[in-house]
Amino acid sequence: MIKQIRRSPAAWEYPKYEPGEQVALFVPCYVDQFFPEAAEATAELLRRQDIPVVFPEKQTCCGQPAFNSGYWDEARKVVRQFCDAFEPYRWIVGPSGSCTCMARVFFGQVDPDPRIAEIGNRTCEITEFLVNVLGVTDTGASYPHKVTMHIGCHTRRELGVVDPCHKLLESVRGLEYCPLPDMEECCGFGGTFSVKMPGTSLSMGRTKVDNVVASGADVLVSPDSSCLMHIDGIMRRDPRAKHIQSKHIVEILVANEK
Amino acid sequence: MSSTNEQQTRSHGKRHCGAEFFKAKTAELAEPGDHQALGESAARSAKKVNELSAQIPGWQDWREAAAAVKLYAISNLDKLLVEFEKNISARGVEVLYAKDAEEANRLVIDIAKKHNVKNIVKSKTMVSEEMALNHALADEGIRAVETDLGEYLVQLADERPSHIVTPAIHLSADDCGKLFADKLDEPYTAEHQKLTDIARRHLREEYIQADMGISGVNFAIADTGTIAIIENEGNAGLSTSAPSVHLALMGIEKIIPSIEYLPVFFHLLGRSGTGQKLTTYTHLIHGASPGRKMYLVILDNGRTNDLADPATRTSLGCLRCGACLNNCPVYQRVGGWAYGWVYPGPIGSIITTQLLGMEKAGKLPFASSLCGACSEACPVKIDIPHQLVHLRKRVVNESGSFAKMAEGLMWKGWAFAMGGPLRYRLTMKAVRIGSSLAKFLPWHPLQMGAWTRGREIPKASGPAFRDRWKKTQTKQK
Repeated sequence: MIKQIRRSPAAWEYPKYEPGEQVALFVPCYVDQFFPEAAEATAELLRRQDIPVVFPEKQTCCGQPAFNSGYWDEARKVVRQFCDAFEPYRWIVGPSGSCTCMARVFFGQVDPDPRIAEIGNRTCEITEFLVNVLGVTDTGASYPHKVTMHIGCHTRRELGVVDPCHKLLESVRGLEYCPLPDMEECCGFGGTFSVKMPGTSLSMGRTKVDNVVASGADVLVSPDSSCLMHIDGIMRRDPRAKHIQSKHIVEILVANEK
Repeated sequence: MSSTNEQQTRSHGKRHCGAEFFKAKTAELAEPGDHQALGESAARSAKKVNELSAQIPGWQDWREAAAAVKLYAISNLDKLLVEFEKNISARGVEVLYAKDAEEANRLVIDIAKKHNVKNIVKSKTMVSEEMALNHALADEGIRAVETDLGEYLVQLADERPSHIVTPAIHLSADDCGKLFADKLDEPYTAEHQKLTDIARRHLREEYIQADMGISGVNFAIADTGTIAIIENEGNAGLSTSAPSVHLALMGIEKIIPSIEYLPVFFHLLGRSGTGQKLTTYTHLIHGASPGRKMYLVILDNGRTNDLADPATRTSLGCLRCGACLNNCPVYQRVGGWAYGWVYPGPIGSIITTQLLGMEKAGKLPFASSLCGACSEACPVKIDIPHQLVHLRKRVVNESGSFAKMAEGLMWKGWAFAMGGPLRYRLTMKAVRIGSSLAKFLPWHPLQMGAWTRGREIPKASGPAFRDRWKKTQTKQK
């Protein structure tokens, strides 16, 4: 019988978090540089749960761009850098479903060394860590705006993280949730896909923007800054969507607007 | 899209087996074309199927079961094909094997000549599209008419199918009316019923004068030696029974071990393909009736390449239901022809790459945002996005022409830059300067140009997180 390489989202069992355990903050490269607020909000959310947060400075990137482009030898080098940086920590938590997916689902494929898969497997996306590991569904935030949400495809289909995002948004005071039509559809970012097939990627992105506009929301949130970077880039050029802000979901979860 | 472009996408010259056609057409993969009708139709179908399957409590169990049966079959093809052949040939069916399309075409032509065949009716077979059989037959002076309505339309228009289940998904009723007026000399109509009546009238004549019928195979059942064909129009029933010779074409992967497993596939296939509980007709064919003759041609045509790759071999379990195409946002935008060969969409990107090789089809695995809507819809749970990423690796490693030197060097440079925190910092400094200067440039090169064609570049809002973190940490100390 041939073994099939597939980890279904439900198959991942969340370990138990012991109070006082350190959590290593995993800040994906593009978040570090272009969306530092998302990383700060993630650290803040963890601190509010009395979790000691550390930021391993040796971290760079998860290796996903090269992996998805077929350059696995190059990706492996970067993956090992990731694992060297995070090896001492039992918990690795970051504000990106897509990069978490790279670590948890794909590290084992890119490198036969069992150490790599084991470290990758410790990685958690922030909303799933809050809801599924800690059992926190209310972060005490208040944000009186009309908000819609796009959950990236890796977060949705590879990790199966959908409910945590919804539960956390529901708890935000004053927030009016505007459902996004066809919300499970891909936004068209897809990493290097966005520049390899730019026409198709843009066409998908514009469909997503149409739906964001149709939702009537003033703010678009997502557990993935990478999708947002693409959708927001299109919205900035669309007169119908120029007023719509895009934010990482954690920025809403720490907000205290009355 | 302008009308001249339209002309280019729609008119094809003589069709060849694989490569030549492929080269000419893949360029289109880069851009969404004028595929509004196709995209909407595919999306509608996907929605219908997804809503239907969501209501069935046992849906996921069926998928698991079907995937397990297919995996078993693929893993035991050597034994099952022999068992199947033994059982079906015991009833007088002549079984022939072909290594590639050319050999299969020769076998079919030889059989046709032996029976002095002048006219053939064909029900839907994608394998014959792989072989470009109609053209091979035409070269020998044998006329083959497609009888599946969609295939019939596509054949009249001298086009290629744009979908594996609904080949004429790109044609509107208006297009069909014009086509019939033009090719069959019928008065123009766009009414569905009238159009169907016209096709029916013309096709009935074809069945009567045909000397041979050619069909595909949905399932080849090893333990009983049976082929199963499912269809909606009755054309497969007529094609396989009206002429005195029936020839069925199948790929080696169509085998399932036992007739006991057939129901679960029927549960899944009709629903996944067209949102039907069961197709209108289900044929189980055990052999030819007395006085008639039946042949079976079993084709490899590169399937063993797929079988040899442990990471993608489950793609051989594909039922050809088309659910992954309908659910694919890329397929919905680029249409079926953009994939260049017989099998479009996400599964086509795997099958075509394995069947034709990395050199010819190396672009296809990259034609995906890896969103996974395909594998979520797949009734046999083929892990399509993971297999596409695996094939991307193989394309990069094996195909010299595609893995351009420059791209390889860029990724080597990237891996070096991400290889340590200091290098990372320096690289990111350069990236930030580059992206902030970009708005002053009138023209953006390479990938940046591809990005800014329709999107703004993200603006860094102040210092990077790691610098902010350092600051707050030192402050706290």
